[in-house]
Amino acid sequence: MSATVVARGGSEALALRGTMSRVAQSYSNPYLAGFGLGLVLLAAFVLMGRGLGASGAFASVAAAVSSSVSPETTRSNDYFARYLGPPGAPRIDWLLIELIGATIGGFVSALFAGRLRLSIERGPRITDASRLRFAFMGGAVMGVGAVLARGCTSGQALTGGALLSVGSWLFMGAAFAAAYAVAPSLKKAWT
Amino acid sequence: MSAPFFEYGAFGEAASLGVALIIGIAFGWFLERSGMGSARKLAGQFYLRDLTVFKVMFTAIVTAMLGAFWLGWLGILDLTRVYVPETFLAPQLVGGLIFGAGFAMGGLCPGTSCVSAATGRLDGFAVVMGMLAGVLVTGIFFRPLQAFYESTPRGSFTLPQLLGVGEGVVVLGVVLLAIAGFRGAEALEQRASRTRSE
Repeated sequence: MSATVVARGGSEALALRGTMSRVAQSYSNPYLAGFGLGLVLLAAFVLMGRGLGASGAFASVAAAVSSSVSPETTRSNDYFARYLGPPGAPRIDWLLIELIGATIGGFVSALFAGRLRLSIERGPRITDASRLRFAFMGGAVMGVGAVLARGCTSGQALTGGALLSVGSWLFMGAAFAAAYAVAPSLKKAWT
Repeated sequence: MSAPFFEYGAFGEAASLGVALIIGIAFGWFLERSGMGSARKLAGQFYLRDLTVFKVMFTAIVTAMLGAFWLGWLGILDLTRVYVPETFLAPQLVGGLIFGAGFAMGGLCPGTSCVSAATGRLDGFAVVMGMLAGVLVTGIFFRPLQAFYESTPRGSFTLPQLLGVGEGVVVLGVVLLAIAGFRGAEALEQRASRTRSE
Protein backbone atom coordinates (compact mmCIF):
# COMPACT_ATOMS: atom_id res chain seq x y z
CA MET A 1 0.00 0.00 0.00
CA SER A 2 1.13 3.53 -0.49
CA ALA A 3 2.11 5.37 2.63
CA THR A 4 -0.63 7.56 4.00
CA VAL A 5 0.10 10.93 5.49
CA VAL A 6 -1.26 12.45 8.63
CA ALA A 7 -2.19 15.83 7.25
CA ARG A 8 -3.32 17.23 10.59
CA GLY A 9 -1.92 15.37 13.56
CA GLY A 10 -4.41 14.55 16.26
CA SER A 11 -7.59 12.66 16.73
CA GLU A 12 -9.70 14.21 14.00
CA ALA A 13 -7.35 13.04 11.26
CA LEU A 14 -7.03 9.63 12.86
CA ALA A 15 -10.80 9.30 13.09
CA LEU A 16 -11.14 10.36 9.45
CA ARG A 17 -8.64 7.76 8.29
CA GLY A 18 -10.15 5.26 10.68
CA THR A 19 -13.37 5.26 8.65
CA MET A 20 -11.39 3.38 6.01
CA SER A 21 -11.07 0.49 8.44
CA ARG A 22 -12.08 0.56 12.08
CA VAL A 23 -12.27 3.78 13.97
CA ALA A 24 -9.04 4.70 15.76
CA GLN A 25 -9.44 5.68 19.39
CA SER A 26 -8.16 9.06 20.44
CA TYR A 27 -5.14 9.20 22.70
CA SER A 28 -5.37 8.94 26.49
CA ASN A 29 -5.41 11.86 28.84
CA PRO A 30 -1.70 12.88 29.05
CA TYR A 31 -1.75 13.18 32.85
CA LEU A 32 -3.25 9.70 33.19
CA ALA A 33 -0.74 8.18 30.76
CA GLY A 34 2.06 10.08 32.50
CA PHE A 35 0.92 8.69 35.85
CA GLY A 36 1.02 5.17 34.39
CA LEU A 37 4.48 5.82 32.98
CA GLY A 38 5.61 7.10 36.38
CA LEU A 39 4.36 3.90 38.05
CA VAL A 40 6.33 1.85 35.50
CA LEU A 41 9.46 3.87 36.33
CA LEU A 42 8.79 3.43 40.05
CA ALA A 43 8.36 -0.34 39.51
CA ALA A 44 11.81 -0.38 37.86
CA PHE A 45 13.29 1.37 40.92
CA VAL A 46 11.58 -1.02 43.35
CA LEU A 47 12.19 -4.25 41.42
CA MET A 48 15.59 -3.58 39.85
CA GLY A 49 17.19 -0.61 41.61
CA ARG A 50 17.53 1.12 38.25
CA GLY A 51 15.39 3.17 35.92
CA LEU A 52 14.27 3.03 32.31
CA GLY A 53 16.45 3.64 29.27
CA ALA A 54 16.64 3.56 25.50
CA SER A 55 19.98 4.83 24.19
CA GLY A 56 21.90 2.18 26.14
CA ALA A 57 20.10 -0.46 24.09
CA PHE A 58 21.19 1.30 20.89
CA ALA A 59 24.78 1.27 22.22
CA SER A 60 24.54 -2.50 22.81
CA VAL A 61 23.40 -3.07 19.25
CA ALA A 62 26.08 -0.69 17.90
CA ALA A 63 28.75 -2.55 19.90
CA ALA A 64 27.49 -5.88 18.54
CA VAL A 65 27.54 -4.54 14.96
CA SER A 66 31.07 -3.20 15.45
CA SER A 67 32.16 -6.48 17.03
CA SER A 68 30.82 -8.55 14.15
CA VAL A 69 33.01 -6.52 11.76
CA SER A 70 36.10 -6.24 13.94
CA PRO A 71 36.08 -7.97 17.35
CA GLU A 72 39.58 -6.79 18.39
CA THR A 73 39.10 -3.08 17.73
CA THR A 74 35.69 -3.20 19.43
CA ARG A 75 37.13 -4.79 22.55
CA SER A 76 39.90 -2.16 22.71
CA ASN A 77 37.32 0.62 22.24
CA ASP A 78 36.59 2.03 25.70
CA TYR A 79 33.04 3.03 24.76
CA PHE A 80 31.95 -0.25 23.11
CA ALA A 81 33.88 -2.60 25.42
CA ARG A 82 31.49 -2.12 28.34
CA TYR A 83 28.55 -3.16 26.14
CA LEU A 84 30.24 -6.45 25.19
CA GLY A 85 30.03 -9.58 27.29
CA PRO A 86 33.03 -11.54 28.53
CA PRO A 87 34.94 -13.07 25.57
CA GLY A 88 33.03 -15.94 24.02
CA ALA A 89 29.82 -15.41 25.98
CA PRO A 90 27.12 -13.18 24.54
CA ARG A 91 25.92 -10.56 26.99
CA ILE A 92 22.19 -9.96 27.04
CA ASP A 93 21.69 -6.37 27.99
CA TRP A 94 18.84 -5.51 30.39
CA LEU A 95 18.07 -2.29 28.52
CA LEU A 96 17.97 -4.07 25.16
CA ILE A 97 15.32 -6.50 26.45
CA GLU A 98 13.46 -3.57 28.01
CA LEU A 99 13.46 -1.64 24.71
CA ILE A 100 12.32 -4.72 22.77
CA GLY A 101 9.52 -4.91 25.33
CA ALA A 102 8.70 -1.22 24.75
CA THR A 103 8.45 -1.88 21.02
CA ILE A 104 6.07 -4.80 21.66
CA GLY A 105 4.06 -2.71 24.15
CA GLY A 106 3.73 0.13 21.65
CA PHE A 107 2.58 -2.29 18.96
CA VAL A 108 0.01 -4.00 21.19
CA SER A 109 -1.36 -0.67 22.44
CA ALA A 110 -1.75 0.64 18.89
CA LEU A 111 -3.34 -2.65 17.81
CA PHE A 112 -5.98 -2.50 20.55
CA ALA A 113 -6.68 1.18 19.79
CA GLY A 114 -6.97 0.65 16.02
CA ARG A 115 -3.98 2.91 15.43
CA LEU A 116 -1.70 0.55 13.49
CA ARG A 117 -1.12 2.02 10.04
CA LEU A 118 1.73 2.05 7.58
CA SER A 119 2.43 5.74 7.17
CA ILE A 120 4.96 8.53 6.99
CA GLU A 121 4.12 11.31 9.40
CA ARG A 122 5.27 14.72 8.21
CA GLY A 123 4.38 18.37 8.07
CA PRO A 124 2.11 19.45 5.19
CA ARG A 125 4.83 21.39 3.38
CA ILE A 126 7.55 18.77 2.86
CA THR A 127 7.76 15.57 0.83
CA ASP A 128 7.88 12.05 2.23
CA ALA A 129 11.49 11.73 1.08
CA SER A 130 12.66 14.84 2.90
CA ARG A 131 10.75 13.81 6.03
CA LEU A 132 12.62 10.51 6.00
CA ARG A 133 15.92 12.34 5.49
CA PHE A 134 15.18 14.68 8.40
CA ALA A 135 14.17 11.70 10.54
CA PHE A 136 17.39 9.82 9.83
CA MET A 137 19.54 12.93 10.35
CA GLY A 138 17.71 13.83 13.54
CA GLY A 139 18.24 10.29 14.83
CA ALA A 140 21.95 10.44 13.99
CA VAL A 141 22.39 13.81 15.74
CA MET A 142 20.56 12.45 18.81
CA GLY A 143 22.92 9.47 18.75
CA VAL A 144 25.94 11.77 19.09
CA GLY A 145 24.27 13.69 21.93
CA ALA A 146 23.14 10.56 23.77
CA VAL A 147 26.65 9.08 23.73
CA LEU A 148 28.18 12.28 25.16
CA ALA A 149 25.41 12.75 27.74
CA ARG A 150 25.37 9.05 28.78
CA GLY A 151 21.68 8.71 28.06
CA CYS A 152 18.60 10.22 26.53
CA THR A 153 15.07 11.27 27.44
CA SER A 154 14.50 7.90 29.17
CA GLY A 155 17.74 7.24 31.02
CA GLN A 156 18.56 10.86 31.85
CA ALA A 157 15.42 13.03 31.75
CA LEU A 158 12.88 10.53 33.16
CA THR A 159 15.03 8.32 35.37
CA GLY A 160 17.65 10.83 36.52
CA GLY A 161 14.97 13.51 36.71
CA ALA A 162 12.90 11.47 39.19
CA LEU A 163 16.05 10.67 41.19
CA LEU A 164 16.98 14.38 41.23
CA SER A 165 20.35 13.91 39.52
CA VAL A 166 22.01 17.25 38.74
CA GLY A 167 23.46 16.01 35.43
CA SER A 168 20.07 14.68 34.33
CA TRP A 169 18.32 18.00 34.99
CA LEU A 170 21.15 19.78 33.20
CA PHE A 171 20.68 17.42 30.24
CA MET A 172 16.92 17.99 30.23
CA GLY A 173 17.26 21.77 30.35
CA ALA A 174 19.90 21.79 27.60
CA ALA A 175 17.89 19.44 25.36
CA PHE A 176 14.69 21.48 25.58
CA ALA A 177 16.58 24.78 25.18
CA ALA A 178 18.30 23.50 22.03
CA ALA A 179 15.06 22.07 20.62
CA TYR A 180 13.29 25.42 21.07
CA ALA A 181 16.30 27.25 19.63
CA VAL A 182 16.37 25.23 16.39
CA ALA A 183 12.57 24.80 16.04
CA PRO A 184 11.99 28.11 14.16
CA SER A 185 14.49 27.10 11.47
CA LEU A 186 12.69 23.76 11.09
CA LYS A 187 9.25 25.33 10.79
CA LYS A 188 8.82 24.24 7.18
CA ALA A 189 9.33 20.61 8.19
CA TRP A 190 6.56 20.57 10.78
CA THR A 191 3.96 23.29 10.18
CA MET B 1 13.75 -3.06 54.03
CA SER B 2 13.47 -5.41 51.07
CA ALA B 3 13.52 -3.31 47.93
CA PRO B 4 15.13 -2.97 45.39
CA PHE B 5 14.36 -6.69 45.16
CA PHE B 6 17.01 -7.50 42.54
CA GLU B 7 19.71 -5.69 44.52
CA TYR B 8 18.74 -7.67 47.62
CA GLY B 9 18.93 -10.96 45.74
CA ALA B 10 15.21 -11.76 45.64
CA PHE B 11 15.66 -12.96 42.05
CA GLY B 12 18.58 -13.59 39.71
CA GLU B 13 19.90 -12.43 36.33
CA ALA B 14 17.60 -14.64 34.26
CA ALA B 15 14.47 -13.46 36.04
CA SER B 16 15.69 -9.85 35.75
CA LEU B 17 15.46 -10.18 31.96
CA GLY B 18 11.84 -11.28 32.33
CA VAL B 19 11.26 -8.19 34.47
CA ALA B 20 12.97 -6.10 31.75
CA LEU B 21 10.54 -7.42 29.14
CA ILE B 22 7.44 -6.78 31.26
CA ILE B 23 8.57 -3.31 32.35
CA GLY B 24 9.43 -2.55 28.73
CA ILE B 25 6.01 -3.64 27.47
CA ALA B 26 4.31 -1.40 30.06
CA PHE B 27 6.68 1.47 29.14
CA GLY B 28 5.84 1.16 25.43
CA TRP B 29 2.14 0.77 26.19
CA PHE B 30 1.90 4.08 28.07
CA LEU B 31 4.05 5.91 25.50
CA GLU B 32 1.73 4.79 22.70
CA ARG B 33 -1.43 5.46 24.74
CA SER B 34 -0.40 9.08 25.25
CA GLY B 35 0.38 9.60 21.56
CA MET B 36 4.14 9.80 22.05
CA GLY B 37 4.64 7.54 19.02
CA SER B 38 3.51 10.42 16.80
CA ALA B 39 6.32 12.69 15.60
CA ARG B 40 3.95 15.55 14.74
CA LYS B 41 2.45 15.44 18.21
CA LEU B 42 5.92 15.55 19.76
CA ALA B 43 7.08 18.32 17.43
CA GLY B 44 3.99 20.29 18.50
CA GLN B 45 5.78 20.73 21.82
CA PHE B 46 8.43 22.89 20.16
CA TYR B 47 5.85 25.15 18.48
CA LEU B 48 3.73 25.38 21.66
CA ARG B 49 0.70 23.86 19.93
CA ASP B 50 0.59 20.52 21.75
CA LEU B 51 2.33 20.18 25.10
CA THR B 52 1.67 16.46 25.58
CA VAL B 53 5.41 15.73 25.88
CA PHE B 54 5.80 18.10 28.80
CA LYS B 55 2.63 16.88 30.53
CA VAL B 56 3.43 13.18 30.17
CA MET B 57 7.10 13.57 31.11
CA PHE B 58 6.54 15.73 34.15
CA THR B 59 3.61 13.67 35.45
CA ALA B 60 5.82 10.59 35.15
CA ILE B 61 8.78 12.30 36.85
CA VAL B 62 6.63 13.61 39.71
CA THR B 63 4.90 10.23 40.18
CA ALA B 64 8.14 8.22 40.29
CA MET B 65 9.90 10.88 42.39
CA LEU B 66 7.12 10.96 45.01
CA GLY B 67 6.84 7.17 45.00
CA ALA B 68 10.57 6.69 45.53
CA PHE B 69 10.66 9.43 48.18
CA TRP B 70 7.77 8.02 50.20
CA LEU B 71 8.82 4.36 49.86
CA GLY B 72 12.29 5.43 51.01
CA TRP B 73 10.84 7.38 53.93
CA LEU B 74 8.71 4.38 54.96
CA GLY B 75 11.83 2.20 54.90
CA ILE B 76 10.48 -0.05 52.14
CA LEU B 77 12.87 1.07 49.38
CA ASP B 78 16.59 1.45 50.09
CA LEU B 79 17.39 4.49 47.95
CA THR B 80 21.14 4.00 48.43
CA ARG B 81 20.76 0.88 46.26
CA VAL B 82 18.91 2.66 43.45
CA TYR B 83 21.40 3.71 40.78
CA VAL B 84 21.42 7.48 40.27
CA PRO B 85 22.86 8.42 36.84
CA GLU B 86 26.27 9.96 37.48
CA THR B 87 26.85 13.60 36.69
CA PHE B 88 29.49 14.82 34.20
CA LEU B 89 28.65 18.51 33.81
CA ALA B 90 30.29 19.53 30.51
CA PRO B 91 29.50 16.43 28.40
CA GLN B 92 25.91 16.35 29.67
CA LEU B 93 25.41 20.02 28.86
CA VAL B 94 26.89 19.70 25.36
CA GLY B 95 25.33 16.26 24.80
CA GLY B 96 21.96 17.67 25.84
CA LEU B 97 22.24 20.59 23.40
CA ILE B 98 23.14 18.25 20.50
CA PHE B 99 20.42 15.80 21.52
CA GLY B 100 17.75 18.51 21.65
CA ALA B 101 18.61 19.73 18.16
CA GLY B 102 18.30 16.17 16.84
CA PHE B 103 15.01 15.72 18.72
CA ALA B 104 13.47 18.78 17.03
CA MET B 105 14.78 17.61 13.64
CA GLY B 106 13.53 14.02 13.90
CA GLY B 107 10.46 14.74 16.05
CA LEU B 108 11.05 11.62 18.16
CA CYS B 109 13.44 10.61 20.90
CA PRO B 110 15.15 7.18 20.97
CA GLY B 111 12.47 5.42 23.05
CA THR B 112 9.51 6.96 21.25
CA SER B 113 11.10 6.25 17.85
CA CYS B 114 10.84 2.51 18.61
CA VAL B 115 7.17 2.91 19.54
CA SER B 116 6.57 5.01 16.42
CA ALA B 117 8.19 2.36 14.20
CA ALA B 118 6.20 -0.39 15.92
CA THR B 119 2.93 1.36 15.04
CA GLY B 120 3.81 1.35 11.33
CA ARG B 121 5.35 4.78 10.93
CA LEU B 122 8.26 4.66 8.51
CA ASP B 123 9.62 8.01 9.73
CA GLY B 124 9.89 6.43 13.19
CA PHE B 125 11.89 3.60 11.67
CA ALA B 126 14.18 6.16 9.98
CA VAL B 127 14.84 7.80 13.38
CA VAL B 128 15.68 4.36 14.83
CA MET B 129 18.19 3.69 12.04
CA GLY B 130 19.64 7.21 12.31
CA MET B 131 20.05 6.87 16.06
CA LEU B 132 21.83 3.55 15.59
CA ALA B 133 24.13 5.09 12.96
CA GLY B 134 24.85 8.08 15.20
CA VAL B 135 25.77 5.93 18.20
CA LEU B 136 27.85 3.58 16.03
CA VAL B 137 29.86 6.37 14.38
CA THR B 138 30.36 8.26 17.67
CA GLY B 139 31.47 5.01 19.29
CA ILE B 140 33.95 4.28 16.49
CA PHE B 141 35.46 7.76 16.86
CA PHE B 142 35.30 7.66 20.64
CA ARG B 143 39.03 8.04 21.32
CA PRO B 144 39.35 11.77 20.51
CA LEU B 145 36.12 12.40 22.47
CA GLN B 146 37.08 10.38 25.52
CA ALA B 147 38.85 13.15 27.47
CA PHE B 148 35.80 15.40 27.07
CA TYR B 149 33.40 12.50 27.81
CA GLU B 150 35.12 11.93 31.15
CA SER B 151 35.59 15.60 32.05
CA THR B 152 33.93 17.50 34.95
CA PRO B 153 32.87 14.35 36.87
CA ARG B 154 30.71 14.93 39.94
CA GLY B 155 29.78 11.31 40.65
CA SER B 156 26.33 10.67 42.08
CA PHE B 157 25.33 14.29 42.59
CA THR B 158 21.77 15.30 43.42
CA LEU B 159 19.83 18.56 43.51
CA PRO B 160 19.49 18.47 47.35
CA GLN B 161 23.30 18.26 47.54
CA LEU B 162 23.73 21.06 45.01
CA LEU B 163 21.27 23.37 46.75
CA GLY B 164 22.25 22.34 50.28
CA VAL B 165 18.64 21.72 51.32
CA GLY B 166 16.73 18.63 52.42
CA GLU B 167 15.38 16.15 49.88
CA GLY B 168 11.80 16.93 50.91
CA VAL B 169 12.28 20.60 50.00
CA VAL B 170 13.47 19.73 46.49
CA VAL B 171 10.67 17.19 46.03
CA LEU B 172 8.10 19.83 47.01
CA GLY B 173 9.81 22.34 44.71
CA VAL B 174 9.62 19.97 41.72
CA VAL B 175 5.93 19.28 42.44
CA LEU B 176 5.12 23.01 42.61
CA LEU B 177 7.15 23.64 39.44
CA ALA B 178 5.26 20.85 37.66
CA ILE B 179 1.85 22.20 38.75
CA ALA B 180 2.78 25.69 37.56
CA GLY B 181 4.05 24.13 34.31
CA PHE B 182 0.80 22.19 33.77
CA ARG B 183 -1.28 25.35 34.24
CA GLY B 184 0.97 27.18 31.80
CA ALA B 185 0.77 24.31 29.32
CA GLU B 186 -3.05 24.32 29.37
CA ALA B 187 -3.12 28.09 28.84
CA LEU B 188 -0.65 27.88 25.94
CA GLU B 189 -2.65 25.12 24.23
CA GLN B 190 -5.88 27.10 24.54
CA ARG B 191 -4.20 30.14 23.04
CA ALA B 192 -2.76 28.02 20.19
CA SER B 193 -6.15 26.48 19.35
CA ARG B 194 -7.80 29.94 19.41
CA THR B 195 -5.19 31.31 17.00
CA ARG B 196 -5.72 28.35 14.66
CA SER B 197 -9.49 28.62 14.60
CA GLU B 198 -9.45 32.35 13.82
